[in-house]
Amino acid sequence: MSTTTDNWHEVRAAACEKLPDEIVAMIEECRRGPQPDSRLIAVLHRVQAHFGYLGDEQLRAVAQLMQIPAAKVAGVASFYHFFRLKPRGKHMINVCLGTACYVKGADRVAQRLMEELGIAWSETSSDGIFTLEGSRCLGTCGLAPVVMVDDEIYGNVTPDDVPILLEKYLKQARQEATEKPARV
Amino acid sequence: MSPSKQISLTIDDTPLVVDEGTTIMEACQRLGVFIPRLCYHPDLSLAGSCRVCIVEVKEMPFYMASCSVPVWEGMEVETTSPDIRQARRDIVELLLDNHPKDCQTCERDGRCELQNLAYSMGVRQRHFEGKRKHFEPDASGASVIRDPDKCILCGRCVRVCAEIQGVYNLSQHGRGFHTVVGPANLAPMDESVCIQCGQCINVCPTAAFLEQRHTGQVWAALADPELHVVVQAAPSIRAAIGEGFGMPAGTPASGKLVTALRRLGFDAVFDTDLAADMTIVEEATEFLGRLGHQSQAGRGPLPMITSCSPGWINFLEKFYPELIPHASTCKSPMGMMSSLAKTYYAEKRRIDAKKIYMVAVMPCVAKKYEAARPEHQAPEGYPYTDAVLTTRELIWMIKCHGIHFPDLPEGEFDDPLGIASGAGDIFGTTGGVMEATLRAAAEMVTGKPADRLEFTEVRAVEGLRETYVALGEHNVHVGVANGLQNAKTLLDKVVQGKEKFHVIEVMACPGGCIGGGGQPYPPEDTKVLDPELLALRAKALYTIDQGKKLRRSQDNPAVKEIYESFLGAPGSEKAHQLLHTHYHAKLPRGIR
Repeated sequence: MSTTTDNWHEVRAAACEKLPDEIVAMIEECRRGPQPDSRLIAVLHRVQAHFGYLGDEQLRAVAQLMQIPAAKVAGVASFYHFFRLKPRGKHMINVCLGTACYVKGADRVAQRLMEELGIAWSETSSDGIFTLEGSRCLGTCGLAPVVMVDDEIYGNVTPDDVPILLEKYLKQARQEATEKPARV
Repeated sequence: MSPSKQISLTIDDTPLVVDEGTTIMEACQRLGVFIPRLCYHPDLSLAGSCRVCIVEVKEMPFYMASCSVPVWEGMEVETTSPDIRQARRDIVELLLDNHPKDCQTCERDGRCELQNLAYSMGVRQRHFEGKRKHFEPDASGASVIRDPDKCILCGRCVRVCAEIQGVYNLSQHGRGFHTVVGPANLAPMDESVCIQCGQCINVCPTAAFLEQRHTGQVWAALADPELHVVVQAAPSIRAAIGEGFGMPAGTPASGKLVTALRRLGFDAVFDTDLAADMTIVEEATEFLGRLGHQSQAGRGPLPMITSCSPGWINFLEKFYPELIPHASTCKSPMGMMSSLAKTYYAEKRRIDAKKIYMVAVMPCVAKKYEAARPEHQAPEGYPYTDAVLTTRELIWMIKCHGIHFPDLPEGEFDDPLGIASGAGDIFGTTGGVMEATLRAAAEMVTGKPADRLEFTEVRAVEGLRETYVALGEHNVHVGVANGLQNAKTLLDKVVQGKEKFHVIEVMACPGGCIGGGGQPYPPEDTKVLDPELLALRAKALYTIDQGKKLRRSQDNPAVKEIYESFLGAPGSEKAHQLLHTHYHAKLPRGIR
């Protein structure tokens, strides 16, 4: 009689739906092992690798499946710099804020990027194409100031280079957008 | 057990010997040295995060947090040098710098630990002026609202929610300057696993958590000539309200409470204790039915679990939904009183029930959520309870109205919902519902009055009790818990089928309603949830009980009259319609 009011199966099914099967399997394996709570960060890494970020729904699903309070899971996810809680853009722009770049005007480059994209640090442009981040020294001080887009390094960047740089990726995005429907 | 190792140390040049493992703060307390503190609470784990309790220890290169450092042999502690006082003051000033400058308009004004600390440290000027944090407040909750700008990140709320209540709804999110306390993903309170008990409000040193206010709508109702405004006051209000007016803790104040409510302008002042008596009669009947004693056998599974505490009911629905069939279907005394006021009383006095405005004064913030539940609406669509005031809110209203509470003459609750037995009074403390049920059930089982009235063995002052009580031929296995972490111990046994309980009382708050989330902030120099303070409040209720001729719910003539003229018999169909309710599993599901 008492099982009829138990919603665990629905809760579990809803949680499983939010995560790919291999992550559900990983969590189950953790749960069988010793101190499953200690694997939380490893699980979050996997979730981020799959989705690109940690969404509210995924965090709640991880909490239910790992049986760790949701507040704790969210607390861990929001504490570490590496974890992203919002979807990121198609392209990641990293402005080097190391000493050399900064001295050579990285702040003015960053300022121009923010103006052009209408976003602040760690935000994503409204078209979902760019996410702006600042980074520590990238080790290419000879090229200062340096901007890295995805894995590509751009050196000696001036504020006036910014629109040209962005246009390169925007053009690429426009092309992909027109090609895609043709394939459907 | 071998005696623990003894440690010799000096505190401000005074030698003393303490047990190994004693913290510096505890050792200081032995000498009457009070170290200021903020994040520390004796019932919670150590955080050592506020750094207000720092002391100097000879040969240590830095100040040490006295709350979390155990003493060592030969330790030389200095607690009050000019340097250390300056350092503590700096710490408090830095906390203030990142805190709104709105003390005069803050709910906690005069009762704020941060404010008191700043005063006692001698902070008379603001030396620092820096960037101040700002986070969106969440005022959407039915019971609990959150204002992170007031938060000083002491973490007491996080710890009480996890360690005392086992709910784990709160956590610190983000890091550094951007740290904010709230539910997972900063969801609105009512969409989180919050069970609305309000202990976060109690332990907060500032006003980062508060109850959702109902005072505005109550003033408006009182000023509306069209409305017949009635009020009911819960058992534990009379045991605690005096504290709000400087009366010694544990002063019973039923009579003054009634007078104060009448002067505020309520048209009728009813006693929730009478509804507690009704709850007992209904619940004892239900229990005996479940026990298979009477013809209603098979009505529900054993153990039966009490249902008066709305924080507990929220916990049940979110954390232990499989145990829902075990919860008594009886509404809480508040729910019963409100239902009776808008049916029985309305009929008797020929008042349109829609014109009755029911205000409940409760020690509890979860009652605000309970009152708003759709299950507690009349079939015509209006709520049985229109507004819920906490003890704190009522204290403010009384002050605001210019009533000097300690000087008030004694008043009497109004007919026909004003007579209560002592069994109703003790509802407000842990084990009270159980004791009242046993007083009633004993006679129902044996057919003759019980040989005793007091069941002190079920008074779970330490938080958790398991015992056997003889009821006629039944040896009843009883569990009593207050604080939901304690309740988990019993509930897990039920879930696992390890032990066969017959009846379990669960109160969400430590000590029961006397330690409720809506009770007065403790007097200065008294810590919240202080067992001594709770014991004084409980004693006030037992004193009221012992002073009454009427001590068993079923002897209450008002209860008899309600059954005879209105409801029929206990457990009747009409009684079920008006006095019982139902529960269902709620999302998000809590993790236990």
